[in-house]
Amino acid sequence: MSKYLVDKFLFTIDRDPELVERYREAPRETVDWWEAERANAVLNCHAGEASTWLRFTEEEREALAAHDHVKLFELGAHPFLTLTLFIAMFERDHGPLEYQKAFGARLAHFEMPYPDIAT
Amino acid sequence: MAEVVAVIASTHHPFYYRASTATGADRPPFADEWVRKITGFRETLTKANPDVLVMVGSDHFHQLWLDNMPQFLVGKAPFYDANWYNEEREFGLPRMLLKGQEDLSAHILRAGLDEGFDLAFSNELRIDHSVTCPIITLRPEADLPIVPIYTNIFAPPLPQPKRFVQLGQAIREIVESWPSHLRVAIIGTGHLSLELGGPRQFGPHGPDPEFDQKAVEWIATGDLDRCLAEVTLDSLHSPGNATHGFMDFMLMMGVAGAGQKADYVDSLDLFHTMEAYFTWYPNGAPR
Repeated sequence: MSKYLVDKFLFTIDRDPELVERYREAPRETVDWWEAERANAVLNCHAGEASTWLRFTEEEREALAAHDHVKLFELGAHPFLTLTLFIAMFERDHGPLEYQKAFGARLAHFEMPYPDIAT
Repeated sequence: MAEVVAVIASTHHPFYYRASTATGADRPPFADEWVRKITGFRETLTKANPDVLVMVGSDHFHQLWLDNMPQFLVGKAPFYDANWYNEEREFGLPRMLLKGQEDLSAHILRAGLDEGFDLAFSNELRIDHSVTCPIITLRPEADLPIVPIYTNIFAPPLPQPKRFVQLGQAIREIVESWPSHLRVAIIGTGHLSLELGGPRQFGPHGPDPEFDQKAVEWIATGDLDRCLAEVTLDSLHSPGNATHGFMDFMLMMGVAGAGQKADYVDSLDLFHTMEAYFTWYPNGAPR
């Protein structure tokens, strides 16, 4: 379980306009590239000081590669990060608030308490 | 010593800027009423004639991240750039530049540390919509220097609700002990019931109108006893998965003081989440 790394993926993609488009258009390739090249970058440090141990589980990698926001919720990814990035990628294909409402509706089977988001 | 001329607590709704500036077919049907309410709320700050604004909010994973997450952080810088690319993208928020009141930041940090709050600090802080939304609603000229104070309501483990109240009480005392002739308004923003990225998001009302009604009553009457008796880190999951932002309202109840009735109370039932606006005048309403 590497909830932190899933959140780190969502966080670092969301803040970069080019990566938002790249993840929208080619999710599997973007996830593979990011895990190989970016997952171990210590943010705020230069490249020579990277971490050595961070990797996704198979389930996490697949959820990200499939744009599966329902699975990401189940895995405890931070819902604010998921929502913000997915709005950025897919709101444009829908009418006003249509995407946001459908996003919620797809999660309707979750009951309280929701999956734990603590990292 | 400095005078606290107003204490203000508000929701921070990132859609207000776009809704209030939209025209023609783009203008949502609720925009005019929203603008009317905000205009009245703004007047409560304008009348207090402040020189400096202490702004309590919460970074939404913009500058503060899980590799180095402070619980409470005070900005200490001469300037603060504001709003981020993803806030421009999603909410249409403008880039802003605010002046900092660095000597008050230093005073809050020193006195806060001495009173047992291990405050983090930042000398280069780009602030987000939790601080800029109330600037846009309450002081759109954005001409007053600020001291931003960030709380962690976002990335568990979070501090307990009572700690937010205690910090609010301390901030009030600390600002009033600042050796200055300046008039300070303390403004903080949070949420009522709110769901983000979960099944109850973007409904016709906030996810838990019953909680919202209780919360507005607690804040308006300064009823910290009942609020603290009912609100726990666990209980805040029930009204909506982002309702921990209510703890910033609790902090502001601490600033206003236990049992202090708000001098101005208003709310607006919107889709997704309810808006609520409160102003206290510690030294009596300005004429």
